Amino acid sequence: MPVHAENEATLVAEAREGKAEAFTELVNRYERNIYRLALNLTGNREDAEDVLQEAFLKAYSHLDQFQGNSRFYTWLVRIAVNEGLMKLRKRRSDKSTSLDELVETEDDAVPREVVAWEDTPEQRYAKTELQSILSGAVESLEPTFRTVFVLRDIEHLSTQETAELLSLSIPAVKSRLLRARLKLRQRLNKYFTRG
Amino acid sequence: MLCTEVMRQLSEYLDGELDAALVQELERHLSDCQDCRVVVDTTRKTIEIYCNTEPAPLPPEIRTRLHEALARRLAKGR
Repeated sequence: MPVHAENEATLVAEAREGKAEAFTELVNRYERNIYRLALNLTGNREDAEDVLQEAFLKAYSHLDQFQGNSRFYTWLVRIAVNEGLMKLRKRRSDKSTSLDELVETEDDAVPREVVAWEDTPEQRYAKTELQSILSGAVESLEPTFRTVFVLRDIEHLSTQETAELLSLSIPAVKSRLLRARLKLRQRLNKYFTRG
Repeated sequence: MLCTEVMRQLSEYLDGELDAALVQELERHLSDCQDCRVVVDTTRKTIEIYCNTEPAPLPPEIRTRLHEALARRLAKGR
């Protein structure tokens, strides 16, 4: 039976009743965003694919637990973030910085290079080239900063939601977000500087 | 307000979460400090560019494997 419903809540209700087409429609709608989130969080295509699959499979298995108090997409993001964080924690013994490790040096907060950008510097690049520059810059951040930036500035979660998901205090989220933004600004300088 | 204080308040200023009195003080500093103006402007653009850029397409092979995994799970029913 084709799915005619456009409305997210209707699709969720139908998926809960077992209509596979409704759930597939939800997947079609959000798979790109969830993959971007997974890739930005893990910085690794293989892990991102695992996170993408796990997030949708878990969402399907736990649909009964979705209360409808938030958007389905927000609930899905939370599942994907938890999966992504598990991947990062598994890598804790690697060379990567631990997620819980505080990286608080005053140097981070002092911009080293102060050069103006063009008014719309992103227009200098074709869409795919820009996407590659932006994702490369995010991936180059340490996980401590990357996770906070992705949740706040790409997924638009609130400071409170980000703090809860990452088990951080609100001041820690704010401090990491500031440092992440300044580091990214620094890394994008070479692409967007005027002249 | 000193440059270091501007940097400390930068995120909250850009997110519109800074107290009105501090905003006034910070903007007074910006009107006299070219370096801080550039940092504020380029940081704002950094946030906007990420905010406005569409996600890259999902690679077709990853999408195929996702839908295969889902089809197996959906076939089991709820």
